[in-house]
Amino acid sequence: MPSLGADMEAGTLVEWLKGPGDRVKRGDIVAVVETQKGAIEVDIFEEGVIERWLVEPGTTVPVGTPLALIASTQPAPGAKVSTVAAVPAAPTPMAPSSVEQPPRARRARVSPAARRLAAERGASLDRLTGSGPEGAILYSDVERAAAAEPVPRPTVPRRLDLAEMRRAIAAAMARSKREIPHYYLCTAIELTRGLAWLEGTNATRPPAQRLLLAALLLKAVARALGEAPEFNGFFTAHGFQPGAGIHVGTAIAIRGGGLVAPAIRDADKLSLDDLMAQLRDLVARARSGALRSSEMSDPTITVTNLGERSVETVFGVIYPPQVALIGFGMPVERPWTAGGQVVARRVISATLAADHRASDGHRGALFLADIDRRLQSPEKL
Amino acid sequence: MTDNVREITYRDAVREAIREALLADPRVFLMGEDVGRYGGCYAVTKGLLDEFSPDRIRDTPLSESAFVGAGIGAALGGMRPIVEIMTVNFSLLALDQIVNNAATIRHMSGGQFEVPVVIRMATGAGRQLAAQHSHSLEGWYAHIPGLKVVTPATLEDARFMLATALADPNPVLIFEHVMLYNRSGVLSADAGPVDIRSAIVRRPGKHVTLVTYGGTLFKTLNAAETLAKGGVEAEVVDLRVLRPLDAETVLSSVRKTRRAVIVDEGWRSGSLSAEISARIMEEAFWDLDAPVGRVCSAEVPIPYPHHLEEAALPQPAAIVAAAKATLGV
Repeated sequence: MPSLGADMEAGTLVEWLKGPGDRVKRGDIVAVVETQKGAIEVDIFEEGVIERWLVEPGTTVPVGTPLALIASTQPAPGAKVSTVAAVPAAPTPMAPSSVEQPPRARRARVSPAARRLAAERGASLDRLTGSGPEGAILYSDVERAAAAEPVPRPTVPRRLDLAEMRRAIAAAMARSKREIPHYYLCTAIELTRGLAWLEGTNATRPPAQRLLLAALLLKAVARALGEAPEFNGFFTAHGFQPGAGIHVGTAIAIRGGGLVAPAIRDADKLSLDDLMAQLRDLVARARSGALRSSEMSDPTITVTNLGERSVETVFGVIYPPQVALIGFGMPVERPWTAGGQVVARRVISATLAADHRASDGHRGALFLADIDRRLQSPEKL
Repeated sequence: MTDNVREITYRDAVREAIREALLADPRVFLMGEDVGRYGGCYAVTKGLLDEFSPDRIRDTPLSESAFVGAGIGAALGGMRPIVEIMTVNFSLLALDQIVNNAATIRHMSGGQFEVPVVIRMATGAGRQLAAQHSHSLEGWYAHIPGLKVVTPATLEDARFMLATALADPNPVLIFEHVMLYNRSGVLSADAGPVDIRSAIVRRPGKHVTLVTYGGTLFKTLNAAETLAKGGVEAEVVDLRVLRPLDAETVLSSVRKTRRAVIVDEGWRSGSLSAEISARIMEEAFWDLDAPVGRVCSAEVPIPYPHHLEEAALPQPAAIVAAAKATLGV
């Protein structure tokens, strides 16, 4: 069971999307788990063949519990079969202390008639959702699925439980303020060049392919992090651990309240177009509750962009175990001095909330200044 | 009433069957407690003594073992006796004759002797007759090889099973549920002989099979009516014959609906309902979409107070609930 956030202690397996014998490779989505943040798709980091499941749907297990056995396709000496907990869990500073005993694993209910029909038609039961008593898969479920070609994905009971999400945010934020000695830096960044470049680029593009300022900001942060590794990573029991890549978590507000901050992986290496496409995809999936486990556990820093919401400055709360959060306010027109003249310019305030255990204000200032510098050369981003 | 149907009670149908048998075959005679002058405990044989002679309508002493034994002897001797035992409760006094003699003699004599006796008895609860007079023990008799056990529930079966039973060379036990005697309905004038081999589908349906017999048939049909209003089409199978069991009719229905509920006024533990459930498991397991359900009497001596008696017996609401449970609705 992957850790999908610092405060996640357990998750409930909703559904297997792959079955024993299925070949899987890195990035394949193998299961859906229910967490405080809603239903999350679990993607896999191993290559091989699923040997068997270790956890049945409906079971709640602590973070770190192996979910499936995957037989490696490359024979490794000693261990033929490796136990895989789907995702190398994000550093979890707090040991799961008071995890409830998971309920006994329950066999998926498939009626004898459904099993026989599935066997006759060579249909897989893995993807079926039962309509019978206690969720049992019935004859008619198999019949319906077999009738439709190809086998349709069942409606996964995806739901965003906003109350649960609120509890998760409360726990994470309380812990952040309790444990992390925040320091805050703020600077105003002139956006004239950046916005002009955006307008020029977008002028010839259809709306669906236009870049948003957010993509520019994310890219500038990601590139600047390359020079400021002490803001990119996790603070664990062993002190600061730099992130393996630059995976920028993007805070996305959920309608009705709550937010998630899934990662755009290796944002520093993505072109602006790719980054924009990923951002659009993430926002859409976050709001429908269809994020992947790695996206939830990967972020090495969070960027919150209040955008057009009419505040100038945001002082963020770091999402543990990350060590920094960059906040952007609303771009506003302000008096600005340039060449000894006071002129009207569009500026944006950038704030850094950082963990003083991992970095100091001086480095933070350089980091913010570097973001500013990069935004002045948008064409290079 | 048109010419080809007539209104008749279950009691009248049984009486007509006996009368017809007496008229048709001089070897047939009836004996039992109070069947003659009193007209039968449930008034089934009223008037028969006047029509037939006392040697064909014989009142017996209150000794079930003796008169059932006499009936077996008469059958061995070539007669076609109809023995009435007031209720199944009293048949326990004749268990030795029924189980050790009637059921075994054909086998033990290598087929030299047949025992074509018919034993009728009332069964079941619902008339506030308390714990000693409310048993449903037909399932016990259905356990015994060598016996045939039938449970007419409809007017037609009440009217015509007796002739088939008398024609059978084996001892046949006919169980008449006490709550059926007063039921009336129409019987087709051209209704004719019925078999005592097969179960029958009393109401077709496709969602769940309700298996029952005797006194609970109409409760089950009521339940099916209620279920139909909720969109659940229940198929009602009337077993009719508890031994030999017509499993194939039950199984083919269950294979169609993939769900079964057995309704039996007998107690659940070690019951006929358990046997039917086991047959379904043995032969239709791979056709099931839900565990087999059962609605049986509460495992208590049947209470005397009306409300408690009703609570102890299978009722339509419980049948509806059990059927729905198999569907998860």
